[in-house]
Amino acid sequence: MIDSIAKYVNADANLIRRGRYVATTFLLAIDDTDYLIRIDEGRVGTITPGPFITPNYSFALRASRATWEKFWQPLPPLGFTDVFALIKQKLMRVEGDLHPFMANLLYFKDVIAAPRKESAR
Amino acid sequence: MSPRFEPVTGRYLNTTLLGKPHRLYVEEAGKGIPLLCLHTAGSDTRQYRGLMNDARVTDNFRVIAFDMPWHGKSSPPPGWQEEEYKLTSRDYVRMIVDVADALALDKPVGMGCSIGGRIVLHLAHEHPERFRALIGLESAAHTAPYYDLSWLNRPDVHGGMVSAGVVSGLVAPTAPLAERWETLWHYMQSGPGVFKGDLHFYNIDGDIRDRVDQIDIKRCPLYLLTGEYDYSCTSEATLDIARRTGAPATIMKGLGHFPMSEDPAKFVGYLLPVLEKIRASA
Repeated sequence: MIDSIAKYVNADANLIRRGRYVATTFLLAIDDTDYLIRIDEGRVGTITPGPFITPNYSFALRASRATWEKFWQPLPPLGFTDVFALIKQKLMRVEGDLHPFMANLLYFKDVIAAPRKESAR
Repeated sequence: MSPRFEPVTGRYLNTTLLGKPHRLYVEEAGKGIPLLCLHTAGSDTRQYRGLMNDARVTDNFRVIAFDMPWHGKSSPPPGWQEEEYKLTSRDYVRMIVDVADALALDKPVGMGCSIGGRIVLHLAHEHPERFRALIGLESAAHTAPYYDLSWLNRPDVHGGMVSAGVVSGLVAPTAPLAERWETLWHYMQSGPGVFKGDLHFYNIDGDIRDRVDQIDIKRCPLYLLTGEYDYSCTSEATLDIARRTGAPATIMKGLGHFPMSEDPAKFVGYLLPVLEKIRASA
């Protein structure tokens, strides 16, 4: 599921345009499994699964597998439609240097939600 | 071919609010019972474009909306550069009552969304005699902040983009794309620090949990409408007000935090029965 992020982001020229100033590595955690996702000029480069000894990233998004699975449904259930809905319910934790995330919030929301397109297939 | 104007008139009102001169932008459409509409934090009167263009509403109601000072086409007052904008309950209530007076409205219906849905609770509590009825859209007695508000106004983050970013998830995922992005555009156009200043009321100063029980809906009828996808003003928060005041509440399917703007056609279906009740009791 998480690998589909690269496929859908890199196929979306408009999303890449919107993220053209993004150059960062962020961490996405599903339960205790970490993934480092590298973004350059709006494109997803590598998605590297952990475990990591000294992971180097700007910000991290952490949630349970059950939460991500609901979030990634094509039409998520009430309360699972947006990262801020998850944050408010304490189902997701966002930590680290949030600047790249907040400065490109609409872009990252679409990047993180990209697996919904895979679910919809 | 004649120009295709909408039946909406926009004008500027010169008035004094909180001791300062203001040039307020006011829009209206329709005739009948005045319906004074209050936009959400960091947005403007364009949120009510659907209502103003719907004859089912405007045949019997004079729909009026004003851009709050600092918002839309209403500038901040002279000297604004010397202060940080922070909306308070006291100023917000005073502003609405004074604008209604400046417009010479006789017992209008007041309708507000989000911060507007909160302030109608304050109006119901403090000024029930001034309104024919009050309609709260996305009303909650209090909403605690769920992210660091300082992100909304700092030089290294685009304030419009981050404001639109934090509210985008509050639009129902089923909303029509054009209306969703129109709604977000209003947020992108907001002046620096204005959304954050409104949230001072929404998240801190506007807490009315301790007075909800004192609202008397016999003195001024109160109606509550909340979108099911709203995780900021939740259905539970609205139903709690309904339980404590006896006000009728409807949870609107397929709508989020900006019902009148994100999907006007769907929202009007929920609003019309409320307007009919108000008209029947006139």
